[in-house]
Amino acid sequence: MTDNILEMRSITKTFPGVKALSDVSLSVRRGEVHAICGENGAGKSTLMKVLSGVYPFGSYDGEIHFDGQLSKFSNISDSEHAGIAIIHQELALVPFLSIAENLFLGNERKGRGGLIDWNRANGEASRLLARVGLSENPTTPIGQLGVGKQQLVEIAKALSKDVKLLILDEPTAALNDTDSAHLLGLLRQLQAEGMTSIMISHKLNEIEEIADTTTIIRDGRTIETFAMAGEAVSQDRIIRGMVGRDLDSRFPDRTSNPGEEVLRVEHWTVRHPQQDRLVVDDAGFSVRAGEVIGIAGLMGAGRTELAMSVFGRSYGRYQGGQIFKRGEPIQARSVQEAIKHGIAYATEDRKKYGLNLIDDIKRNISAAALDKLASGGFVNAQEEIRVAEDSKKSMNIKAPTVMSLTGKLSGGNQQKVVLSKWIYSDPDVLILDEPTRGIDVGAKFEIYTIINRLVAAGKAVIVISSELPELLGICDRIYTLAFGRITGEVQVSEATQEGLMSLMTRDRTPVRAGAHSASDATGTGTTSTTTTPDDTQEHSA
Amino acid sequence: MSGTGDLLSKGPATPPTSPHTPKTGTANPLVAMTQNLRTSGIYIAFVLVVALFALLTDGLSLSPGNITNILLQYSYVLVLAIGMVIVIIAGHIDLSVGSVVALTGAVAAKVSISGGHPWWVGILAALGVGLLIGAWQGFWVAFVGIPAFIVTLAGMLLFRGLTYYVLDNVSLSPFPAQYTKVATGFINGIMGGYGYDAFTLLIGVLAVVGYAVSQVRTRVARVRYDQVVDAMPLFILRIVLIAVVVMALAWQLAHSRGLPVVLIILAVLILAYSVVTRSTVFGRQVYAIGGNLAAAQLSGVNVRRVNFWIFVNMGFLAAMAGVIFSSRSNGAQPGAGTSFELDAIAAAFIGGAAVTGGIGTVRGAMVGGLLVGVISNGMQLLGLEQYLQQVIKGLVLLLAVAFDVYNKRRAGGR
Repeated sequence: MTDNILEMRSITKTFPGVKALSDVSLSVRRGEVHAICGENGAGKSTLMKVLSGVYPFGSYDGEIHFDGQLSKFSNISDSEHAGIAIIHQELALVPFLSIAENLFLGNERKGRGGLIDWNRANGEASRLLARVGLSENPTTPIGQLGVGKQQLVEIAKALSKDVKLLILDEPTAALNDTDSAHLLGLLRQLQAEGMTSIMISHKLNEIEEIADTTTIIRDGRTIETFAMAGEAVSQDRIIRGMVGRDLDSRFPDRTSNPGEEVLRVEHWTVRHPQQDRLVVDDAGFSVRAGEVIGIAGLMGAGRTELAMSVFGRSYGRYQGGQIFKRGEPIQARSVQEAIKHGIAYATEDRKKYGLNLIDDIKRNISAAALDKLASGGFVNAQEEIRVAEDSKKSMNIKAPTVMSLTGKLSGGNQQKVVLSKWIYSDPDVLILDEPTRGIDVGAKFEIYTIINRLVAAGKAVIVISSELPELLGICDRIYTLAFGRITGEVQVSEATQEGLMSLMTRDRTPVRAGAHSASDATGTGTTSTTTTPDDTQEHSA
Repeated sequence: MSGTGDLLSKGPATPPTSPHTPKTGTANPLVAMTQNLRTSGIYIAFVLVVALFALLTDGLSLSPGNITNILLQYSYVLVLAIGMVIVIIAGHIDLSVGSVVALTGAVAAKVSISGGHPWWVGILAALGVGLLIGAWQGFWVAFVGIPAFIVTLAGMLLFRGLTYYVLDNVSLSPFPAQYTKVATGFINGIMGGYGYDAFTLLIGVLAVVGYAVSQVRTRVARVRYDQVVDAMPLFILRIVLIAVVVMALAWQLAHSRGLPVVLIILAVLILAYSVVTRSTVFGRQVYAIGGNLAAAQLSGVNVRRVNFWIFVNMGFLAAMAGVIFSSRSNGAQPGAGTSFELDAIAAAFIGGAAVTGGIGTVRGAMVGGLLVGVISNGMQLLGLEQYLQQVIKGLVLLLAVAFDVYNKRRAGGR
């Protein structure tokens, strides 16, 4: 027992009307990487908030023993003093401050007379950055770093505080594969130096790769804790524990039956809103009724930029290109025009761009199509409720009523509200940007089922995703995007993760205006370059 | 927890088998009140404050003459607060309304007094200038993208300066008699009455009946759409309470000088803007913009257009307030309306509007404005010193927002 750095015993935490945790126990051995798995709303975050003192001692039942002592944290700084650091999914860095300023925020390196000793601060910052494998100047503003590097700065910040237990909440959710691999490598390196980590993650392959022990939490209870080494622990085993049932398949079956072309984009070119570079360069794609196409690309490839600029030029500066709807050229210069032409875009960041979190479910669902509910400018509030109730039922949104605030829903249910909103606007083309990011396995399956229902009803769906297995599981065709350019188009029957990845990393030269490098002719054999399917468009014209 | 409520109550988990058994909430008024402290808190506070001053002044504060006085004295702040709460819901602020009140009043005076035009031409001129000012500020906020704080801070100086220019730095008075009727006129004696005005009472009765009918219609519609409604005893209790308050007010007014014209203007504005904020596409888009600007934009809300009209509307209502104020003071002064913007902003926040936007109601702002009015009036009746009155008003604003923040945190839970 003595080698356990953390013992949480019979933790029970109740909110008015809800038992968030009941009798949860967690033992973490010194020096291990301990993974915590569970569906969204299972109680993982609540457990970590109990541990870090966000919910102070006395507001929960049970005992926490940390480093051999009974802990009674009454706030976060208590737990930080004891040596517990949490790195949240949403990073808590100030974008306009430098790396060093962020590292020592609230913990400033003071010199004589209480003034900040910047030389000392920057020097220490450099050493910390080296420890996490970052070769950045400590005076660089955080905002100039990518998400992956910011994540590393967060870890460096934790290290600066002499941390004994590092808790990472979904550390790789926003990272691409390279950055994820780097992060996992860093965790392993810190482990070799004696650090203990707790990692909350939905990415089962990463857990399989790095965790020594896994604890599964479901419905506020500990389901099981098992060692990852020794016996063969498969991802299916973890999934089974999380959802409490076998998932025969992670993707629902669908018979693909594409109809005529609904949307085609040609020579689409977009400039960065501030900087003088192209984020989308001469991109083109098409999608048919009843078809799901995927857009695969690494972080920074311009996937969201492409989608948002097509959706009423809501990103960047339009430089050129044409959109065709059923063969006819259309103008979509504003979001209103795009919606009028039957295009819908469900954002990758539902909290920031998708939902009004302080408003209720029904008003969020009606937000994109209020005119359908209105006559003479007056909204029919009762009809609005009926529409929302219908969506709640058909989309299986788990909430007490449609008057519940969307800010209180879990990620999966928030995503269902976003989808409901766009489905109610009755579009012909739905662009879904990372539709399953940060939501649990069970809810993912439901989202896939909804996508299948949409294409069965003749809609065209475009899915942007960082997870290649997901694209391979639900799409008919996949376009690959690299550095703002479409580098390939693959039928899913011929696609492999390796093949897609090589297309996604194909053109490493920086893209300039009008630059067409000739080097991209060689492919993996399963690809065709980005010419549009020319027959179909002529028929419908 | 009385009988009927329990019989009618059904858990939300079990949907009713037939639409004829309405789902109802709790029948206990205290429980219902605490369930939504955020919205009911202001009403409780209002009742307590009214009771407190009635007690302290031996009922003087509730005398017919004084009630009439409060309504006349704070009517223009309430008109401003209607526009201000909409501005605040959208996440903006308007610091210029005090200066706009002065400028529009000055224009009306210039037209009606110096120009010798009829009183209604003066009013139309003032309203036209208000709309122009609103369009000017809306242009900078919506289409150029300058924060409203800056635009209206500039407007505060700009329109004050223009007031000085229009008035040549001197007061203009008096207005034609009809013009002053806007704020100081009464409708009295149309239908006669022995010591009281029957017409005022009739209007009171009509208001109560109208309220009851609209409540019943909403309830019927909600039941038809299978929504949770208040338990029947609570529903009746609420209508009766409103009826008592309205009739008591009408009774007191009828015993004083009758129905003030400005009260009719105010009632029409409140009704109209309650509907606008609650039930129109425009109103809903205002809430959407304030709640999450980016999400509203990506949902197809024409943010620029909505912002523009919010400020045009604010200009219009500020001009209304300008007319009412100049009518009440029977003249236009260069320094009129100073710090009115602060009263209007305070009313909106005390009435539950969120500092970050997205939350607020016209009704709340009206009660917030009246609360400040009752407190100021009560303190004047008590003869408190000027400094103390200011200190207390400041503390009320601070406490109201603190209460709101506390509630939000409490409701935030996890």
